[in-house]
Amino acid sequence: MSDPSAASLVNTPRTEQPAEAGGPADAGLPENAPKQLKPRGLLGDAWFDLRRKPLFWISATFIVLFVLMAAFPWLFASGDPVNGSLDNSQVRPSADHWFGFDLQGRDVYARTIYGARASIVVALLSVIGTLLVGGTMGIIAGYRGGWVDALLSRIADIFFGLPFVLGAIVILTTFNGAGTDNSEWAIMGLVIMSLTVLSWPVVMRLMRSSVLATKEADYIVAARALGAGTGRIILKHLLPNCLAPLLVYGTILVGSFIGAEATLSFLGIGLKHPVVSWGIMISESQNLLRVSPYLLFFPAAFLVTAVLSFVMLGETVREALDPKLR
Amino acid sequence: MGRYLLRRLLQLVPVFIGTTFLIYWLVWSVPGDPFAGKCGDRACPPNYVAMMTEKYHLNDSIWVQYASYMKNLFQGDFGATFGGRPISDIIATSYPNTLKLAVVALAIEALIGLGAGVLTGLRRNGFLDNLVLVSTLFLIALPVFVIGFVLQWFFGVKWGLVTPTVSAEMRIHELILPGFVLGSASMAYIARVARTSIAENRRADYVRTAIAKGLPMRRVVGVHLLRNSLIPVVTLLGTDLGALMGGAIVTEGIFGINGIGRQVLRAIVTKESATVVGIVVILVLVYLLMNLLVDLLYAALDPRIRYE
Repeated sequence: MSDPSAASLVNTPRTEQPAEAGGPADAGLPENAPKQLKPRGLLGDAWFDLRRKPLFWISATFIVLFVLMAAFPWLFASGDPVNGSLDNSQVRPSADHWFGFDLQGRDVYARTIYGARASIVVALLSVIGTLLVGGTMGIIAGYRGGWVDALLSRIADIFFGLPFVLGAIVILTTFNGAGTDNSEWAIMGLVIMSLTVLSWPVVMRLMRSSVLATKEADYIVAARALGAGTGRIILKHLLPNCLAPLLVYGTILVGSFIGAEATLSFLGIGLKHPVVSWGIMISESQNLLRVSPYLLFFPAAFLVTAVLSFVMLGETVREALDPKLR
Repeated sequence: MGRYLLRRLLQLVPVFIGTTFLIYWLVWSVPGDPFAGKCGDRACPPNYVAMMTEKYHLNDSIWVQYASYMKNLFQGDFGATFGGRPISDIIATSYPNTLKLAVVALAIEALIGLGAGVLTGLRRNGFLDNLVLVSTLFLIALPVFVIGFVLQWFFGVKWGLVTPTVSAEMRIHELILPGFVLGSASMAYIARVARTSIAENRRADYVRTAIAKGLPMRRVVGVHLLRNSLIPVVTLLGTDLGALMGGAIVTEGIFGINGIGRQVLRAIVTKESATVVGIVVILVLVYLLMNLLVDLLYAALDPRIRYE
């Protein structure tokens, strides 16, 4: 299995590409094509497609901005996100303080900027956890088959049957209820855990079905015939070929998890006080909605922009990866 | 068909037991004293605590408790709260409200989602198509509580078009706004799925044949195209009822509806574990049965699908 033209991560029939200016016209004949005239693989095609989409660049720019905000919030805001002065309670937005102050006299701009960290860290880590757990289970279930598959699928069904919000409420009140005194990172860890526990079955089903679809492919059979062990087949052949749908789903999931974290914080069971997050800010603003609607507006606007960016990125990548839509 | 149904029903059993046990175990391990604050300002007298512990079998292991709970459940007995109120009573007052809200949401999302999907699937890349694509993106991205607050504020408070909260009678016209909020995300998914499915089938041979033999467009779309494109939409709608009922907590909170969400939140705070489990058991049951129903509907909608 040292096919030089296997530069692509994903092995699918290559779609016919209109020959570019100066490009070779024999892109449809990968087996006979000379080495230096390698056709683009699926990822190459996708990248070629993506580069020309304004939506991709817009969402990517926003995501980079939010990630910078999460990593280095002090670059964006000089105010104190946690401590405020009651003198400033509910001061309206002004030229000095663009977003105004909340009930406790804390600078809303600083809080919104610092809130990016918790929201994005929680979402990213939960997605990584979900992909790892679901992906592993999916590979095992799909590759082993038989009773292992039946058992794992039933376990996934059990977790899939739990309603998301109800399940999260029960898990989080168990470990993170009123009266518990968890540190900032412990609270975030608990929210990450509950999001992962409740969402992995979807990823597992996705992975399982793509493993089932590729398991009988010729190159896997060939690898096995050449004496490759199970570990090698899974890591070198199966995994790279099943990764694309997982990555697309993961990108969209980051967006949904930012929203889910906000929902849990809004219900008062997700992140709480020492942590600063958009969900907490929105939750705090709900009683002051008539007096100071800007308290809801700014964190909600940031939240929506972040969620939209990740969902849009996922959508554009999916469209680029799907040959049917081209 | 009969054998398929039997196999599916048998498969439901372990899933049902597993899910309910998971919830039971989680609620069981929620920390806190169930008798805190039950006796006014002073602590409960020890003989009262001992009597209640005996009565509700609180000292037994979780396995014994779960087994006896399931035994009672199969006889239709959901147990009682520590105050002595039967849980079936709580379920009977709160479930219809949530079900009503979920059904209204389902109707709204089917109507709007399907309409938008069919219109845009027939005419791709027009202005309407792009408008629907962008607005569905927004509906998917916005968390329910943000949509709820914004719509409640504009329609209920600022413009006064609807009452901001729902009264205890749950009149249908009061439920339109909460239903829209609850169904907003699924509405967007339905619109997208319907659009893709219509657009794909539009190029199918049987559509070309129908047009070629001179059928009016209305009949081609309404009978040939729609019936073949509806299958994925039906799946979404069917599995959504359970998800809507379970996800209604947030919407219920915003619009002040006395549904299962409020009961679950209250029961968790007061450590009434039997109430939580009872409510979730029914939710899981609805979810599992709807899934089964959807799979059976497949065969009815598409004669090509046969079950052994």
